[in-house]
Amino acid sequence: LSEKNEPEWLSEEVKTGTTILAIEFDGGVVLGSDSRVSAGASVVNRVMNKLSQLHDKIYCALSGSAADAQTIAEVVNYQLDVHSMEIGEDPQVRSAATLVRNISYKYKEELSAHLIVAGWDRRKGGQVYATLNGLLTRQPFAVGGSGSSYVYGFVDAEYRKGMSKEECQKFVVSTLSLAMNRDGSSGGVAYLVTIDEHCTEEKVILGNDLPTFYDQ
Amino acid sequence: MSSIGTGYDLSASTFSPDGRVFQVEYAMKAVENSSTAIGIRCKDGVVFGVEKLVLSKLYEEGSNKRIFNIDRHVGMAVAGLLADARSLAEVARDEASNFRSNYGHDIPLKHLSERVAMYVHAYTLYSAVRPFGCSFILGSFDKDDGAQLYMVDPSGISYGYWGCAIGKAKQAAKTEIEKLQMKDMTCRELVKEVAKIIYIVHDEVKDKAFELELSWVGEVTNGRHELVPKDVREEAEKYAKDSLEEEDDSDEDNM
Repeated sequence: LSEKNEPEWLSEEVKTGTTILAIEFDGGVVLGSDSRVSAGASVVNRVMNKLSQLHDKIYCALSGSAADAQTIAEVVNYQLDVHSMEIGEDPQVRSAATLVRNISYKYKEELSAHLIVAGWDRRKGGQVYATLNGLLTRQPFAVGGSGSSYVYGFVDAEYRKGMSKEECQKFVVSTLSLAMNRDGSSGGVAYLVTIDEHCTEEKVILGNDLPTFYDQ
Repeated sequence: MSSIGTGYDLSASTFSPDGRVFQVEYAMKAVENSSTAIGIRCKDGVVFGVEKLVLSKLYEEGSNKRIFNIDRHVGMAVAGLLADARSLAEVARDEASNFRSNYGHDIPLKHLSERVAMYVHAYTLYSAVRPFGCSFILGSFDKDDGAQLYMVDPSGISYGYWGCAIGKAKQAAKTEIEKLQMKDMTCRELVKEVAKIIYIVHDEVKDKAFELELSWVGEVTNGRHELVPKDVREEAEKYAKDSLEEEDDSDEDNM
C-alpha cells in the first residue's frame, strides 16, 4: 500500500490561479485583479494584491506561478528605476513591457508566468501590453489567468471603443466578478488601479460590494 | 593657447602642474587639422555638411564618407582621424542597437551621446591607450522631442547645440552659423545655407578640390537620417556657388 506522507499543498507549486485584466481608455488605463493565491486545493492567501507597481505610472498584473511573477516584477521595477535615471525622464510603457518580455522569453522554459503591463506615458497616452509566453503586443484590452477563460465571451461582447474612465472601471469590476464566481482558483476581493496623466489611484472592492448577477 | 608640455605629455594618465592633460589636448589638435564639418538644428530637423577634401584625382567619388548612419533616426558627422571615427560609429551603433533590444524603442539622442561620450572619456584615463583623435556631431529628429543636436569631443564631454562646427575652419564656420535664424528655418531652406557655409569656409589656396557631403534628418524625411537627394544637393551647391560669386562681385564695386 503506498500512502501519501504529506498533504498535497506542501508539494504543489504556489500558483496565483487568477483573473487579471487591463483596459485602455482615452487618457489612461484601468487594471484589475482578484486576490486568491492557491497551492493545489488550499487557499494560501485570500487578499493578495496582484497589481504590482513597476514605476510611477506603469503597473503590471501578475498571473501563473506566484514566485515567478513577483520576481519578474521586482527585477523590472529595479531595471526601470535605473533606466529612468539614465534617460532623465519617466520611462515609456513600451520600455517596461519590453523588459518584462525579454525576461519571459529568455527564460520561457524555466518560468511559468504571464504579466500584463499597462500604464500611461506622455507620448502615447494609455497603453496595455500582453507578454504571454514571451510575445509583446499592444492591445486595447487584455485578460489573463485561469479565470480569463470563463469571461472571454463577456469581454468580447461588452467591449466598446471609446469608453470613459468610469465605464472602464465598471467593465473591469463586472468582468472580475463574473470570473471569480465561476473559476475555483479566483476569488476574494477585487483590486483596481486607475492610471492617467494626473494621478494613479488604487482601490479595493470587498466581496460583498462586487456586482451580483442572476444567481445572487 | 598652445604650449609645449614637455615632461607631462607622454601619457593620458599624467596631469601637468597647471592642471591640464596634454594628451587630450593633442588629440583635439588632430581634430583641428581635419577639414570642417558642421551641423545645424532648425525647427523641423537637423542638417549636416562636411567639406571632404579630395587628396588625389584617383579617388573614387563618394569614398571615405564622413557622415554615418547610427540608427534609422540618428546621423553622425565626424572630423579628425577617420579610422578613430569609424570605430566610434560602431560603438554608437552597438549602443543604439542594444537600447532598442532592451527597451523596445528608438534611443533618445541625449542618452546616446552621453553613452558614447562616456566611452570616449574612458580612453582619456589610462596610459595604456590613447584618446580618440576625433570629434563628432550627432543629430536626430522625432515628432515628440523635435530636432536634437549634440557634439562630442576627444575629452569625452557632450554638449547640446543649435548649431556647431568642428575641424580646421570651425571659427569661421561658427561666425557664419551665428548669422542664421535657424529656429525659424525649415530643413529645405537650411540645406542651402549649410552648403553655402561650407563653400565660404573652404580655403581655395591651401586645399584644392573638395566634395560636399550633405545629409539631413527631419520632418522632410519622416524622421529617417539620409544623404540629401541628388536634386536637392545640386540646387544647394548652385545656391552656394552663386552666393559666393555675388559676394566677389560686390567686393569689386567698393573702391
